[in-house]
Amino acid sequence: MSFTAAAPDAPAAPGPAIVPISPRPPRPSRRRDRRPAGPRSILNRLTPYLFIAAAVGLLLLLTYLPAANMLWYSLTDWDGIDKEQNFIGLQNYLEVFTNPRVFGVFFVSIYYFIGAFVQMAIALYFAALLSTRTRFSNFFRGVLFFPYLINGVAIGFVFLYLFQPGGTLDTVLGWFGVADTPQWLGDPDVANFSLAGTSVWRYTGMNFVLFLGAMQSIPRELYEAAEIDGANDWQQFWALTFPGIRRIIGLSFILAVAGSLSVFEIPFIMTGGANGTSTFVIQTLQTAFTFRQVGLASAMAIVLLAIVLIVTWVQRRVFPDEKVDLT
Amino acid sequence: MRRKTIAIASLGVVSALALAGCAGGAGADDPDNTIDGEVQGEVTFVTWRTDLVQDGTFEAYAEQFTEMYPDASVTFEGITDYEGEMRTRLSTESYGDVLGIPNSVQPDQFADYFEPLGQTDDLEGTYRFLAPKSFDGVQYGLALGGNANGLVYNTAVFEEAGVTEVPKTEEEFLAALQAIEENTDAIPMYTNYKDGWPLSQWTSNIGAPSGDADAMNAMTTEDAPWTEGTDIYAIDSLIFDAVAGGYTEDDPLTTNWEQSKVDFATGKIGVMGLGSWAISQLQAAAEDNGESADVVGYMTFPATASDGTQYAMVGGDYNLGINVNSDVKAAAKAWIDFLLEESGFTETQGMVSALTTDPLPSNLGGLEEEGVELLELSPAPAGEESLVNDIADGAQIDLYGNIYRQKLVDIARGAADGDKESYFEELNTAWADSRAQVG
Repeated sequence: MSFTAAAPDAPAAPGPAIVPISPRPPRPSRRRDRRPAGPRSILNRLTPYLFIAAAVGLLLLLTYLPAANMLWYSLTDWDGIDKEQNFIGLQNYLEVFTNPRVFGVFFVSIYYFIGAFVQMAIALYFAALLSTRTRFSNFFRGVLFFPYLINGVAIGFVFLYLFQPGGTLDTVLGWFGVADTPQWLGDPDVANFSLAGTSVWRYTGMNFVLFLGAMQSIPRELYEAAEIDGANDWQQFWALTFPGIRRIIGLSFILAVAGSLSVFEIPFIMTGGANGTSTFVIQTLQTAFTFRQVGLASAMAIVLLAIVLIVTWVQRRVFPDEKVDLT
Repeated sequence: MRRKTIAIASLGVVSALALAGCAGGAGADDPDNTIDGEVQGEVTFVTWRTDLVQDGTFEAYAEQFTEMYPDASVTFEGITDYEGEMRTRLSTESYGDVLGIPNSVQPDQFADYFEPLGQTDDLEGTYRFLAPKSFDGVQYGLALGGNANGLVYNTAVFEEAGVTEVPKTEEEFLAALQAIEENTDAIPMYTNYKDGWPLSQWTSNIGAPSGDADAMNAMTTEDAPWTEGTDIYAIDSLIFDAVAGGYTEDDPLTTNWEQSKVDFATGKIGVMGLGSWAISQLQAAAEDNGESADVVGYMTFPATASDGTQYAMVGGDYNLGINVNSDVKAAAKAWIDFLLEESGFTETQGMVSALTTDPLPSNLGGLEEEGVELLELSPAPAGEESLVNDIADGAQIDLYGNIYRQKLVDIARGAADGDKESYFEELNTAWADSRAQVG
């Protein structure tokens, strides 16, 4: 734009102070007038969709298409490699619901469900402790979050050595005079507790970070006001911190239910599902790949998905997502 | 400037693609592309023996092969989780040119994936172990080599325990285990429960207790195979009794295969149920740990057939097949022939050669001394090639896996409810139900 071209607009401005302001009002209208139905403007209008298309495309390709495929497999008797897939209707679902072996393994999930509560309690305790000004608090935050960063397979192997007879755990307990330790993985009454304990160790850091983040978003002034009013630490926790992070606790609860129903890698790596530690996902995997019943396994996977969705829905009904109001 | 670079680069990519297309030469549908055609091109050998790829053993074979056929070469692709990974790869067309036929492919599916190698009848005179990969009289795979099945035992431990004779019956075997328990510090029998697959090795002994080559096929006609007198009963009850007698490791959940080789070689373990392929690995472990290779003894399953003879089952390892989509079928066949006939592979590995004219490997000499006869399972009747597997899968009993046998061990050591009778009853019921559905 040259000065001469701009000149016709300029005379309206009486002083230099208004010059930068005056050209502004006409600008939007001018732009609207100048927008012809050319290819460029179509491209402009499409730009946001093009950006989304990449993400949506990948989502469709990698999540929904396989899920739709699985839905189809669950209606067939496919064995995983045969070129033919025979449609057999709902027979696989019938099998899932009538075979006691399939649903029996859900009892194992109870161990992990209880473990999830322990995990949330530990995480809440440490988050409350470390959200205030504590010495070395950053260091302890790191320590607590660290297990979550380690690869699940590595954790499985580490704990496999820990639980070995005469292994690390037995040695440490020996220092405290506990000599008569059980077989942590070999004893069927203990094995699931050991595995659930491993799971707690691994995921506490995740809950901890969520809680800590929520706690730190609560305005400091509220605590100062509470302190002036003479509230002690407990009262502050129950009246301010807890309601302030209730949504995150609700979210963690949903994750805990879904997680305990679909436990997989820790028992799979550490015991392979033997000794009564098989979970629903391990059972599904065995059905698909050991017994070559991909159709039935797909039905099991869909049933698990449905159960998780239903549990989540029920939970939202029973504990509705209330607006947090701290005032 | 930048646009020009992109243009040149894309031109390069396009021409490279076009060239690659040309270099492929004969397509899979080319009439000249048969196993009898001209030996040329690059063969990709997908193998489960990652150790031999890494230590260069296969590479040396490939060089010899190229010397024989100057127009052909071989590259290797070693896969650790062979069964699992190949199952997925089979859904594509690119699963190498030569590969071990995965066990998950059922006989009626062979023709979809593998090139026919000839009529089984014609090949019978030349090769051992043809039955498992034959369908409708057509052969789809040739075993790279074979193994005898039985148990490895530590001769030093047996000697220390005062067991001088190799046990020939279940009673003698359990007595030997007891002697080891009482007289030595060794674990009499190691199950390798945690790793799982060693438990599946026992199944390959089916046929040995009865000396009946049709024992496996007979299972498809029975509603209660886990009944006293059958081979599977003899095998599973031997494991059960050994575990129930307290002759196995205290905490089976923490076993470790790699460690077990060292423990066996150094006299901490008496017996393990493994195929004869394990002998060379255990001998190597013994020598690495300063022991003599002679501590590794091999015996057949401790049972004597009703005719008074002891039998040991021999069977093929993975069978080599040719990808039906391969572009270099002739070279692929030549490579299989080279491995089987020229390379000396089975001899260096201590395996039974797939060629009927080759003698048995020296590590099975112990079996011959004991008067053990080698026996091969007879093929399934035509049309029933997949039947045993179909019944087993329907019953969710992994006959060639570890899941049901881990439960057997759990029950035997008191970690799960039930006893031998109730568990065998459960297996029989599941088997009968599945048989009714499949058969």
